[in-house]
Amino acid sequence: MAKTLNAGYTRYHPKWHRVRVPLFWWVRSASYIKFIGRELTSLFVAYAAGLLLVQAWVLGQGAAAHASFLNWLSHPAVVAWHVVLLATLLFHTVTWLNLTPQALVLRIGRWRVPKGVVWAGHYAAWLVLSLVIVWLFAGVT
Amino acid sequence: MEEEPAFDVFEVPYEDNWMVLDALNHIKDQVDGTLSYRWACRMGVCGSCGMMVNGKPVLTCATYVEDVLPGPIRVEPLRGFPIVRDLVTDIRDFMVKLQRVKPWIIREEDKPLAEGEYLQTPEELQDYKQYSMCINCMLCYAACPIYELDPDFIGPAAIALAQRYNLDSRDEGREERMDVLSQHDGLWACTFVGDCSVVCPKNVDPAGAIQRYKLDATVDWFQSVLMPWRKR
Repeated sequence: MAKTLNAGYTRYHPKWHRVRVPLFWWVRSASYIKFIGRELTSLFVAYAAGLLLVQAWVLGQGAAAHASFLNWLSHPAVVAWHVVLLATLLFHTVTWLNLTPQALVLRIGRWRVPKGVVWAGHYAAWLVLSLVIVWLFAGVT
Repeated sequence: MEEEPAFDVFEVPYEDNWMVLDALNHIKDQVDGTLSYRWACRMGVCGSCGMMVNGKPVLTCATYVEDVLPGPIRVEPLRGFPIVRDLVTDIRDFMVKLQRVKPWIIREEDKPLAEGEYLQTPEELQDYKQYSMCINCMLCYAACPIYELDPDFIGPAAIALAQRYNLDSRDEGREERMDVLSQHDGLWACTFVGDCSVVCPKNVDPAGAIQRYKLDATVDWFQSVLMPWRKR
């Protein structure tokens, strides 16, 4: 039998049917929507990280610059936007941290650290780091 | 023969404890003998009767009709695979990918038979046992939107099986497999949707296997940069 160049070609048979992937494939199930939400909220995480860096830079510009920045932050529209931002950050963080026990297998000697401990450890680290950042900024301002 | 793929509607009597596969067999035996689908063991072991039932990939021999009622029950071929006919998909793509990840024990040098078998502790067995339960049913591929969008992706089951051998204390083929899985269509194509693990009938957790693999690959990379003299 003659060899064909295309490994996917089947002799004497037409092309198999392939179903086209719909544009809105991600609304097919709640888990896909959650996944897309987790991915898209990473943009908000980037914004929040940028905002933190900007605030740190403004702090270096002096008290007047920082006061002006805080004034902008307290504008009702900015506050409203940041409430939405907080919700997206919480969604992103919680959905990621809940996945950590599945991705991370920790061992101490022969003992495998239980999934619940891995999960709780991440939440504890998140809490501690958040408190450190709050303490740093509260101390400065 | 239809110009375009179309759905057929069949009426099936309700019987207690019938699986979806029993309903399909009823259709084939009593209503339409041309209906084509795969099945073999009827006990959730062979992995051949996977189909989409009401949009979810399941083993039809392990899915009760009463669990997918009220009707109509929509049965479709596994998503993401080319369709040969009715509910039969072309699975060659998976078979090729499975071979690429070398799912067998690789040894640099086999020890002589006279030295006996390779012994393993219960803990070493536990390291990979979960991943060895895969029955190649491909439900995880049908659940994976990444595979559907990019059919070049090696996919959940093949990567989980690679990990099954990587974690086996008798195996020495981790680097060979990493050469395949570190390609753009390997590990890094996975975005951790996680549905592959949800639909797995054997609780293999392919999503977990892939993320562990990513972590291993990252550690390997850092070690190769920071400690180039160290053998992986």
